[in-house]
Amino acid sequence: MLLTITLTEPPATDLGYLLHKHPDRLQSFAVSAGQAHVFYPEAGEERCTAALLLEIDPIALVRGHRRSGSGGGGGPEAFSLAEYVNDRPYAASSMLAVALGKVFRTAMTGRCDARPDLAARALPLEISIPALSCHGGADLAGRLLGPLGWDVQATRIPLDPELPEWGDSRYLTVRLAGQVRLADALSHLYVLLPVLDDSKHYWVDTGEIDKLLRAGGDWLAAHPERDLITHRYLAHQRTLAASAVARLAEVDDTEPEALDNAVPETPDEAAIAAPGIVAGSTAPPRSPLAQQRRDAVLTVLRDTVLRESSAARVADLGCGEGRLVSMLLREPSVAGILGVDVSHRALERTARRLHLDAMPERQRERVDLLQSSLTYADARLAGLDAAVLMEVIEHVDPPRLGALEQTVFGAARPGTVVVTTPNAEHNVRFPDLRPGAMRHPDHRFEWTRPQFRDWAAGVAGRRGYQVRFLPIGADDPEVGPPTQLAVFTRA
Amino acid sequence: MPEPASTESEPRELGIPELSLVVLIGVSGSGKTTFARQHFGPFEVISSDFCRGLVADNENDQAATADAFDVLAYIAGKRLAARRLTVADATNVQPFARKQLVELARAHDVLPVAIVLDLPENLCTQRNSGRPDRTFASSVIHRQHDQLRRSLRGLNREGFRKIHVLRTPAEIEAAVVVRERLLTDYRDRTGPFDVIGDVHGCRTELEALLAKLGYRVIRDAPGRAVDAVPPEGRTAVFLGDLVDRGPDSAGVLRLVMGMVAAGHALAVPGNHENKLTRALSGRNVQISHGLAETLSQLAAEDEAFRKDVAAFCHGLVSHLVLDAGHLVVAHAGLKEAYQGRASGRVRSFALYGDTTGETDEFGLPVRYPWANDYRGRAMVLYGHTPTPDPEWVNNTMCLDTGCVFGGRLTALRYPEKEIVTVPAERVWYEPARPFPPSAGAAAGPAAPARRDPGVLDITDVLGKRVIETAYHGRVTVREENAAGALEVMSRFAVDPRWLLYLPPTMAPAPTSGRPDLLEHPAEAFAAYRADGVTDVLCEEKHMGSRAVLLACRDDETARARFGVPDGMPGAVYTRTGRPFFGPGRGPAREQSPPATARPLLDAVRAGIGRAGLWDELGTGWILLDCELMPWSVKAGDLLRHQYAAVGAAARAALPEAVRLLGEAAARGADVTALGGRTTARAANAEAFTAAYRHYCWPVDGLDGVRLAPFQVLATEGAVYHERDHGWHLGLADRLADAAPGLVTVTRRRRVDTSDPDSVAAAIAWWEALTAAGGEGMVVKPYANLTRTALTREGRGLAQPGIKVRGREYLRIIYGPDYTEPANLARLRDRSLGRKRSLALREYALGLEALDRTARGDPLWRIHEAVFGVLALESEPVDPRL
Repeated sequence: MLLTITLTEPPATDLGYLLHKHPDRLQSFAVSAGQAHVFYPEAGEERCTAALLLEIDPIALVRGHRRSGSGGGGGPEAFSLAEYVNDRPYAASSMLAVALGKVFRTAMTGRCDARPDLAARALPLEISIPALSCHGGADLAGRLLGPLGWDVQATRIPLDPELPEWGDSRYLTVRLAGQVRLADALSHLYVLLPVLDDSKHYWVDTGEIDKLLRAGGDWLAAHPERDLITHRYLAHQRTLAASAVARLAEVDDTEPEALDNAVPETPDEAAIAAPGIVAGSTAPPRSPLAQQRRDAVLTVLRDTVLRESSAARVADLGCGEGRLVSMLLREPSVAGILGVDVSHRALERTARRLHLDAMPERQRERVDLLQSSLTYADARLAGLDAAVLMEVIEHVDPPRLGALEQTVFGAARPGTVVVTTPNAEHNVRFPDLRPGAMRHPDHRFEWTRPQFRDWAAGVAGRRGYQVRFLPIGADDPEVGPPTQLAVFTRA
Repeated sequence: MPEPASTESEPRELGIPELSLVVLIGVSGSGKTTFARQHFGPFEVISSDFCRGLVADNENDQAATADAFDVLAYIAGKRLAARRLTVADATNVQPFARKQLVELARAHDVLPVAIVLDLPENLCTQRNSGRPDRTFASSVIHRQHDQLRRSLRGLNREGFRKIHVLRTPAEIEAAVVVRERLLTDYRDRTGPFDVIGDVHGCRTELEALLAKLGYRVIRDAPGRAVDAVPPEGRTAVFLGDLVDRGPDSAGVLRLVMGMVAAGHALAVPGNHENKLTRALSGRNVQISHGLAETLSQLAAEDEAFRKDVAAFCHGLVSHLVLDAGHLVVAHAGLKEAYQGRASGRVRSFALYGDTTGETDEFGLPVRYPWANDYRGRAMVLYGHTPTPDPEWVNNTMCLDTGCVFGGRLTALRYPEKEIVTVPAERVWYEPARPFPPSAGAAAGPAAPARRDPGVLDITDVLGKRVIETAYHGRVTVREENAAGALEVMSRFAVDPRWLLYLPPTMAPAPTSGRPDLLEHPAEAFAAYRADGVTDVLCEEKHMGSRAVLLACRDDETARARFGVPDGMPGAVYTRTGRPFFGPGRGPAREQSPPATARPLLDAVRAGIGRAGLWDELGTGWILLDCELMPWSVKAGDLLRHQYAAVGAAARAALPEAVRLLGEAAARGADVTALGGRTTARAANAEAFTAAYRHYCWPVDGLDGVRLAPFQVLATEGAVYHERDHGWHLGLADRLADAAPGLVTVTRRRRVDTSDPDSVAAAIAWWEALTAAGGEGMVVKPYANLTRTALTREGRGLAQPGIKVRGREYLRIIYGPDYTEPANLARLRDRSLGRKRSLALREYALGLEALDRTARGDPLWRIHEAVFGVLALESEPVDPRL
C-alpha cells in the first residue's frame, strides 16, 4: 500500500526536516507483519514528495494474529480463507495508519527542531493514495476529509476492466490538496483511514483504538461526522475466529456474512441504522418500528394469556438477541419464558445481554434459552400458553412454511400464537427502498395484507385455531401499516 | 456305575430371565454377598453396603441408607436401560425396600426376580459376630429375621415374577443360576416370514391368502382346515385379532392353532384374543365388538377344542423379536423402548397401542400415532387399526386392511417387503367408525397432535451424535458442529426430502517436493500406490461448483416419491445443501438468482430420457453428482467482493509504486531490491487476476450454464458406488450427447500407478491441462469404492479422490504472491492428516445416506447421515486445503 505527501512551497525539500526523513535515502522500518519504506521520488525546490510504501507479508499477517491468540482458536483452522487472500497488502487502510503513526511519530506531534515555524503553520500540501479502501464511496471521503480543509478528488476504481458489468470496487484513487499543518494532515490520515476502510476484521489490536481517538484530539470534537467516525471504531471489535456457520459458508464459496447473519454486527446497530447516517443504507428506520412491534406483541399478550393466567409459559420463537425476552421477564404473570433461536450465536448474545449467569435464582428459573429450528418438531415446545413469531416467517422459504406450520401449530400447539411480518404494500412508503426490493436481504418473501390473511386463515382452518389481525405502526389508509400482526387462538 | 458317596444336595437350578432385576433377600450374615459373587459378574451386583461407602465413607452408616439407595437405583437404572441384568445386594427384608426395587424394574420394563436366603437366625448371628466390622446387636438380626419370615408369603403379590427360596447352607451350595431366554426372544428365527394382518374370523379369505402365499392347506376328515404347510423355509406370523366379528372365528383358530402347533406359524395376541381369554376363563367381560359371535361359534364346538383355544390364547406372548432383532411383531405395534422387554404396560401397548385415554366421536379410543415418532432400528409390523392401504411410516407398517369391514386381508413378505393381499368376499361386519375413513374426518380439531413422518424431529439432528456407517465404523458428530449445521440446514438448505446426499470434502495431494510447486500429480499417484491402489483415473477438475442434482422422470413421480410441495421436478443444490437457483415461486426476490432450476432440471431429464437411462436403470428418478459451471453462478459475490477486489487494489497500487520507485532510483536512491520485489508483486497481481477470470463468464437464464455429471449416486432402490468410474463417465458421455450445450463431458485418463511411463504421461497431461488455465485434476481409484489394508482402527477405506490443483489456480487460494520462493518455503508446512480423515468420515456418511435411501429407510435416517456431513464440514480445518 502506498501514500505520498508533497510539499509545494519552496524550499520544498524542507519536507525532509518536517518528516525527519532524509530525501536522498531509502529508509526502512519494521512494522507488524511487514516493512515500511520511505523514499522520495522527487525532491526539488518547488515540489518535494515523500512516499510511504508498506510491504506486507500476507503469511506473517495471519501467523501474527495466530500468535497473538486474539481469535481464541489457535491454529490456521480458526481463520477464514478471506484472511489469506485479501486486500491488506495493497489498499490503504488501518494498517497504513498504524505504520504512519510509527514512521512519522515525531512529525505527528508537530515537533521539528530544525524548522519549528514550518511545523507550526499551515502549508500547501498534496496527499495521494492510489488505492484507498473506502466503504461509502467518494461521497464519504469528501464528507470526512472536506470539513478538515482538504480539496478532495476521489475516483472509483473498477473491479475488473475486462468485466465491466461488475462495476466499481470499494477502492478509490484519492488526491487531497489543502493548506494544512503537516502534523494535522498526518493525524487526519491516522484517524480517518480506518474509518473509511470500515473493515469487518479489525487488523489493529483494540488497544490502538484509544490511541487513534486521542490523535483525533481537537478536530474530532467539532467534526460534523463525529458520530459516524466514533461508531465505526466501535463497530468492528469482532473476534477473528470463524464460527461454524461462517466455515460452512466458506466451504460453499460464499461470504461468511451471507450465512452467518442471524445477529446484527453490533448490539447497537438498530440505533445507528437510521436513514441518512450510513451512506447508501436502504434500511428503513429500524429502531422505532422494532420497538413498536415489541410493544404491540406485549399488548396482545397482556390482553390475552397474561390476563387469563397468572403463571403463563411464553416462548419467543426466533428470539434473536432477546429484547422481547427481557421485556417478558418484567411481566409478573409470566412464569416461564422460552427464548428459542436457530442461531447459537444469537442465544449466546442473548445470554450475555440478560446476564443470565449473574441472575438471581428465582429469576433465572423463569428463563430458558434453547437452540431449535421451526422446521423440525421439538417436544420441548409443548405445553406453551403462548408463542410469538415476530418477524420470523418471512425468513423461511415458502415451500418450508408447511413444516413450520406443523411444528408450531401441529406439534407444539400453544394456546395463543402471535405472528408479525412486514406488510409489503407499505414498502412504497420507505423512501430509501428501491421499488420491488425487500426490507432485508434475508427475507424470502414479503406479503401484502391479503396474502398474509390467506395464509393465516388457511393455517387456522387446518389446525383448529381462530385468527384475528391487528396493524402495527401507523395504519396508512392506502397501503396499510408497516407491519401486520395475526393473533391465533386455539379453538 | 457306582453311586457317589456324597451328602451334597442335588444341583438346584434357579431360573432367571436374561434381562431382569434380581433382588437378593436375606438377613445380615446370610451370605448374600458371597452368593452374588459366585453366581453373577462383578459389575452385575450392586451392593447397598458399597453405595453407603460411596456416599458416606462408611459401609455400615445406616444414616446414609436413603442416599445409598438413590445411588443404587441410579446405577441399576442405567444398567437396565442398557439391557443388562442387575442384582441388588441388600437385606431387602422390609416391604418398603422391595417395593422401590419392583418399581425400578417396572420403570425399565424388566421382570423383578427374588432370591431369598432364608437361613436359621442363629447361624447368621454367629457369622456376624465373627466379623470385626459388624457391630450389630443380635437383636438386629432377630428383627431382620422376623421381617423376612413375615415377608415370604407376600412376595408374589408384591410383583416378583420368580421367587427362589434357599433355606440351608447346603441348598445355597447346590444352587446353580440358569439364565433363561425371554419369552419374546425369537432372534434366532431369521425367516423368511409371511406376516399376516388382522383376520377377524375371515377364514375363507385367510385360506385364499395362504394359498396365494404358496401355503398348502391341510384338512381333516370333515374337510376343516387344520394346518397349512409353508413353502420351503418360510414361516407365517399372525399379528393377532384372529377372532371376533367375522363369520368363522372358530375355523380361523383351528387353522392357526394347527399351524402354530406344527411349527408353521408364530402368533402374537390381539386385544380380541385377550378379551376372549378372559371370557373363556369365566371372568366378567362386556360382550361386544363381535365377541358374541365368537362365543356362539365356540359354543358349537366341543369342550376339548374350547380348552385348546383358551390355552392357546392364554399362552400367546405380547410381542416377538425376530431375525437377530431386525423385526418386531406386535398386534398394535411397539415403540423401541418396549421392544424385548416385559411389563404390564409393554403388554398393554402391544395389545392396544398408545392410547391417550380420550375417545373419539364414535366412542372409540383415540390412538396416538406412535409410528410417526418411531426412530428404532427394528422394523415393526402390526395391525389393530384398519387402514385402507398399508404404508411405510419410519420403518413400521400396519397390515390391518379391514378385511372384516369389506376391505382386504394383507400379508407382508419379509425380508422382501412385498405386499400380498386378497379382497374381502363381502362386508362381514359394519364398523363403528366409517371404513375407509371419509376424507377430512381424519384431522379434525379434536384429533391429537399428529406428526407427518416427513417432518423431522429436532432430536434427529441436535447434540452429539454417533452414526454407524457401513464403510467406516462409527462417525462422531460433535455438538457444536451440529449446532452450526442446524442453522445452515434450516435457514438455507432445500427441503430435506430432496436432500438425499451431500458430497464429502476432498483432500489435496501431499505437498510436492518440487521447489516451485505446492501440488503435483506425482504425490497423488504415490499416495495411492502406498495404499496398494494401482488402477486410478485422472479426471479434469471442472472450474465450477459442486452440484448435486436430483431429477425425476415426471412431475407425478416427483410428487409421489418425494412429496415436496414446491412443484419442482427435482432439485439442484450445492455442497451445503443450498439451492443453486431460486425455486421461481412466490414474490420475486430481488437478490435471488434467476429462476433457472426448472429449465435446468427439464433439460437434464429430457437428456436422461433421450439417453434411455430411465429404463436402463429402471427408475423414476436419478441423483447425480456434478460440477456446475461457471463458478460465478454460485460464487459471484465472493468473486467480486474478494478476488476481483484484491486484484483491483493491487493493480491500482503496485504499478504506481513501481513508477515512483523508478523515479527515486533515477534520483540515485538505492531502491534496487525493493524495486525488484515490487515489480514481481505487480506481475503476480496480474497473474492472480488472470486466474480468477477463468471462472467467470456471463450467464443468462440457462444460457451459458454448463453441467458436468461425473457419478450416478442413486436411483430408486439402487446405489452405484461399487461401479467403476469408467461406467459412470460412460453414462455421463451419453448424457452429454443427449443434452449438448448443457451437459459437458469430463476429460480423463486412466493410469497405472505402478508403471512409470503411464505416470509420466499423466503428469504431462496435467501439465498441459493447467498450463491452459485449467484448475487441475482429481485422481480416483478406478474401481470406485476401494478398501485398503486394515488400519489399526480395524477399518480401511482409500480416499475416494485426491485433488491436484494447478500452480496458477492456487494463487486464488494461497494469495497472489504465494509463488515467491520465500513464501512457498513457509507454505509447504501444511498438515493434511485432519483433512484426509475428515474426507473419509464425510465420504462414509454420504455413502450411508445413499445406502439408507436405497433401502427405503425413513427420512430421519437419511437426514441424520446427510446432516452429519454438513456438521463435519463445519469442523475447523485449514480452509486452503
